[in-house]
Amino acid sequence: MPWRVGTVRAVHDETPTARTLVLEVPDWSGHVAGQHVDIRLTAPDGYSATRSYSVASAAGPSATVEVTVDRVPDGEVSPFLTEVLPVGGAVELRGPLGGWFVWRPDGAAVVQLVGGGSGVVPLMSMLRTHAAASAETPMRLLLSVRDPAALFYADELAALTREGGHRGLTVVWTREAPAGADRPPGRVDAALLAAATIPAADRPTCFVCGPNGFVEAAAAMLVAAGHAAARIRTERFGPTGGSRR
Amino acid sequence: MGIVTPGFTGRRRDEAPDLPPGQYLTHDFPVLSAGPTPGVDRDRWSLEVVTETGDRSQWSWPELMALPRETVTVDLHCVTRWSKLGTSWTGVSLDTLLADVETTADYALVHSYGGYTTNLPLADLLDGQAWVAFEYEHDELDPEHGGPARLLVPHLYLWKSAKWVRGITLTVDDEPGFWESVGYHNYGDPWREQRYWDE
Repeated sequence: MPWRVGTVRAVHDETPTARTLVLEVPDWSGHVAGQHVDIRLTAPDGYSATRSYSVASAAGPSATVEVTVDRVPDGEVSPFLTEVLPVGGAVELRGPLGGWFVWRPDGAAVVQLVGGGSGVVPLMSMLRTHAAASAETPMRLLLSVRDPAALFYADELAALTREGGHRGLTVVWTREAPAGADRPPGRVDAALLAAATIPAADRPTCFVCGPNGFVEAAAAMLVAAGHAAARIRTERFGPTGGSRR
Repeated sequence: MGIVTPGFTGRRRDEAPDLPPGQYLTHDFPVLSAGPTPGVDRDRWSLEVVTETGDRSQWSWPELMALPRETVTVDLHCVTRWSKLGTSWTGVSLDTLLADVETTADYALVHSYGGYTTNLPLADLLDGQAWVAFEYEHDELDPEHGGPARLLVPHLYLWKSAKWVRGITLTVDDEPGFWESVGYHNYGDPWREQRYWDE
């Protein structure tokens, strides 16, 4: 699989620590929602560092690919991508990669998305793909976020999940909720999961992405709520216990 | 060498140990699993080896515990690019488990509780290269990391070290496992950077 050059055509700051890069990639073949790309940086002495980032943009043919990068404290690559790399700058990129944590709009399956923090990125690609395809199978997102300042894609998420449509959204604030929130800050628990997700009886395919501790807890709750383990796909980052490193 | 990225310097090289290409060092122990962590009860745990002729060998948890164990210090290399060095594991060598298994098979398909599979040449499980491990850093192996027992094949990318191992099928023909069927390399040698199908 060749390395290609991706040129930054635009950046959008999603939060104080997260930035979306819109990369123009010649001959980009498009991706499937949920896939990731490898991005490689090379120093003048030849030293290089590569990391994987989920694609945020909708699937399908496109001249650009968007990734949202959350800055990892003491990270080697993410501080460069979020703070240094300018519009017009270039990185090397290859992909798309990954054939498991993916969703295609051709299926009939009902879809439940569960995200924690920056784990929303591949799920956003699924929502955008669902909207672009005018899919009518239900797709719901349960998203756990620390506080309003940490929410990626706030306006677009709201627009994509307007009431009465085929897509739904519940945001759970873990530390600080905005004024007028339905419930006080707290973690996702079994009661909330039951109220805010598609019931197991509807046999949704579940995509769960986030810090490991979050994914571990959410996947276990889905199993306890009757969802078959075989219909729960997970993507995790970070060490045991879930602190983002 | 790739094209130079202006402004990127990377970490100080003198801190970087000798790692396989494209890997970075971590001191955490990240978790990568494709689905929920299965709860596996030791009382109902068993490990089964099935040969190409259908012969079966089976060990219960107490039987596994009764076998000679080894503690090894090995480096781990995950295809998602982190490497963790000098990790300590205790388990039973596959040489011990397969000592009395008669086979002419060349391949192994490893099965896990939860349905995961991975394939590798049988030769890579032998000669002190692989263990069924049940302790990590001298503690019981955490379920998120594959407890009660996982395969440990540290010379290959870590997806070959199947968590929650429950069986090994010895086969004449190579059969791709879970990740091997969705784009990951059939063999997975980190030193040759065999991450994906075309490498």
